[in-house]
Amino acid sequence: MRSAMTRSVAPWEIKRKLLTKAEDKTNLSYGHKPAERPAEEYMRYGVINLDKPAGPTSHEVAAWVKRILNLQQVGHGGTLEA
Amino acid sequence: MTGVLPVTLEESRKIVQALLYSGKEYVCVMKLHGDARENRVNEVLKEFEGEIYQRPPLRASVKRQLRTRKIYYLEFLEMDGRNVLFKVGCEGGTYIRKLCYDVGEVLGCGAHMQELRRTRAGPFVENVSIVTLHDVAYWFMEWQKQRDEKILRKFILPMEEALALIPKIYIRDSAVDAICHGANLTAPGVLSIETEINNGSIVAVFTLKGEAVALAKVAASTEEILNMEHGVVAKTERVLMARGTYPKCWKSSET
Repeated sequence: MRSAMTRSVAPWEIKRKLLTKAEDKTNLSYGHKPAERPAEEYMRYGVINLDKPAGPTSHEVAAWVKRILNLQQVGHGGTLEA
Repeated sequence: MTGVLPVTLEESRKIVQALLYSGKEYVCVMKLHGDARENRVNEVLKEFEGEIYQRPPLRASVKRQLRTRKIYYLEFLEMDGRNVLFKVGCEGGTYIRKLCYDVGEVLGCGAHMQELRRTRAGPFVENVSIVTLHDVAYWFMEWQKQRDEKILRKFILPMEEALALIPKIYIRDSAVDAICHGANLTAPGVLSIETEINNGSIVAVFTLKGEAVALAKVAASTEEILNMEHGVVAKTERVLMARGTYPKCWKSSET
């Protein structure tokens, strides 16, 4: 911070670099790249960037998604009031 | 109120906490209760940039004690009579309704929040990959009919996307399963590490395939970790990957 007038940096404005400590390879016989997970696993480890409609609460919207997709556990990140 | 609401499915509920604390951006219509000059409104909004004090409102889901929240930016967009449109980037847990009320108090005329749309929640923004409830219902039906995995990937994102803004440490395959069992990350397991990490930061521990293994609290800075040969680098806080996804590579005294 150079002066009090400098506005604070939002988390999405921070630029990071990746520094290497050691080299190694990953074995392709276990695990999956996130985008290549088999369908069922892909869903269980999935997130939806949902455009919440006006009216229902965040909680109700999450419950609808749960019913549509026929899942056991659906949550939401950050309540957006009705 | 409308806009970006990340919805977590099954296992990905484990990252909800990380999303709650992540920064948000909103576009808001504030209604003034009296007349005010545009440059005065602009001036007062600027005063709210930086750290502000807020007491959660009466009907809030958290303890009602005075707390501070960071306003990263507060930009006046336009004004039409007593309606003021602005954009605000803020820390998670900032009450915009409260912010409008407080801006009204400083202006002297009073104000309330008229309309609100969230344009960002952590890494999720409104113009990339956002879907409506209708889209979800439609694409899921199509997926059930066609069984084409491409359809699933049209509206569901891997949970790793939710961790995009959290600094990352990439580890060896051989270190993965121990962490899935709750062990802390030690120096020999670290392959690469992102900059701007400080002691106490929350980091995401990733495999070389880009899979999230756990959320952890680091015990040193980026520079220190690069020079460490042994010892705990990060304390595992929340395991995200299922045990046994990677082979067990540690010795146990019982066997």
